[in-house]
Amino acid sequence: MFQIPCPHCGLRNVAEFRHAGEQRRRPDPQTATPEEWRTYLYTQANDAGWTRETWYHRFGCRRFVGVQRHTVTNEVRPADTGPAPSVASPPAGIDAGAPDAGGGAM
Amino acid sequence: MPSRQASARYSAFGLLRRGLTHRDWPRVWREHDLAPAYDAVIIGAGVHGLATAYYLAAKHGFTNVAVLDKAYVGGGGSGRNTAIIRSNYLTPDGVRFYDRSVKLYESLAAELNFNVMFSQRGHLTLAHNDGSLRTMRWRAEVNKLEGVDSEVIGPKEIKRLVPFMDVSPEARYPIMGALYHPPGGTIRHDAVNWGYARAADALGVQIHQNTEVIGIDVRAGQVRGVQTNRGPVSAPVVLNCTAGWASLVSAMAGVALPISTHPLQAAVTEPVKMFLRTVVVSGSLHVYVSQTDRGELVFGASTDAYPSYSMRGSLEFTEELAGHVLALMPSIAKLRLLRQWAGLCDMTPDFSPIMGITPVEGFLLDVGWGTYGFKAGPVAGETMAELIATGKTPQLIAAFDLARFAEGRLVGEKGAAAVGH
Repeated sequence: MFQIPCPHCGLRNVAEFRHAGEQRRRPDPQTATPEEWRTYLYTQANDAGWTRETWYHRFGCRRFVGVQRHTVTNEVRPADTGPAPSVASPPAGIDAGAPDAGGGAM
Repeated sequence: MPSRQASARYSAFGLLRRGLTHRDWPRVWREHDLAPAYDAVIIGAGVHGLATAYYLAAKHGFTNVAVLDKAYVGGGGSGRNTAIIRSNYLTPDGVRFYDRSVKLYESLAAELNFNVMFSQRGHLTLAHNDGSLRTMRWRAEVNKLEGVDSEVIGPKEIKRLVPFMDVSPEARYPIMGALYHPPGGTIRHDAVNWGYARAADALGVQIHQNTEVIGIDVRAGQVRGVQTNRGPVSAPVVLNCTAGWASLVSAMAGVALPISTHPLQAAVTEPVKMFLRTVVVSGSLHVYVSQTDRGELVFGASTDAYPSYSMRGSLEFTEELAGHVLALMPSIAKLRLLRQWAGLCDMTPDFSPIMGITPVEGFLLDVGWGTYGFKAGPVAGETMAELIATGKTPQLIAAFDLARFAEGRLVGEKGAAAVGH
């Protein structure tokens, strides 16, 4: 068990959240080829270390929340903490709260 | 090629003699200095890597092969799985592939001269609602068309096979039927790893434990070799056979994968007298149960809900598991858990593996095995060995190529692979 700092609700248990995926650059839907779109859909950095990712606070504020998590130790810190992760850092323009960063509730 | 003494062959007589004298137990495999070059380097000394090395040597005469592992033989997914073997998949591609693996497992003990304790005790996948019963019927029909023994049975027959199961309509999750797969069963997974390692070693393959790959050399789109903590090794073919670290190893060659790594936890109880003959799986309850020859009940579940490289067990898992198992078999409530552990599963979007060539020439993949890699070890080894030796992708794995994701040709096995071990 670990806790996730929700910017709206405070520190909450991970069981209240659904993992919505690592943050990655979405190609422009108007111009992307099907291959580019599928690569965006499926390919992941899947890094072992600090990553930026989106969680959905399903048993709380029901909003998408961006955090940094260390995927080996499961330490979590707010999205705006410290040095940027080595990989999978999202380019400017992707907002952790935007539905496209998470893919919607399952 | 160094040859093995005839006395190293295992036999009942040899066991009796050495058991009484405790003298000259043969070494199972040897240690070597790392050579500067090999014809092929295989990363990962689990069942997939070792089987590939064995079939390369045994079927294709490729013996200048090194299997590298950052830790020890069979210490990853190959030694952490719940050792269930079956071939009752959903897609014709999946059924053909896993059926070949069951066939190889059936003759493995004789072929490797190593008792792998394959016990074809039958495999039951329970259906608790109309939706899963429909999928069971679908799977049964696909299985029969591919010549695999599977049938849908009702609660009465389930009760006959597993008398301890609560099949009453009043159960919390009533059992409406099950997919019964008689050739399915369990195996001793360590014996499979050790058997392949010993047989490959006897044919001249070098197994290097504690040898971590820290880089992969690629020049002009062609793989040239690997960098290890024991020095560089050059090779025209490098095969990634890792589980849990598939994304990280492939990234060294510049190949991005559609994989997310999830821990999967399992647990085992104290040993009791044999009462559960078949393997029992419930997809709806996210649990599978089998009893080992020692009498312990082995429980597995679905993967943890979020990706992680952590292999720590969790209390949530144990509580949920116990609740689900008791919903099926209330009579085992007094049994105590002996231990729990976790392994890493590389999940792909379609619950099928990624096998074959990559955009980097000579860099091959046998990864993305999710929660079903162990049962596929022999056939994965056989087909990857054929690919390395002939340069042609065998028909059996053609559907599992990396390019299928960008090209939109997914092989959807979630209905048969998500929990059904």
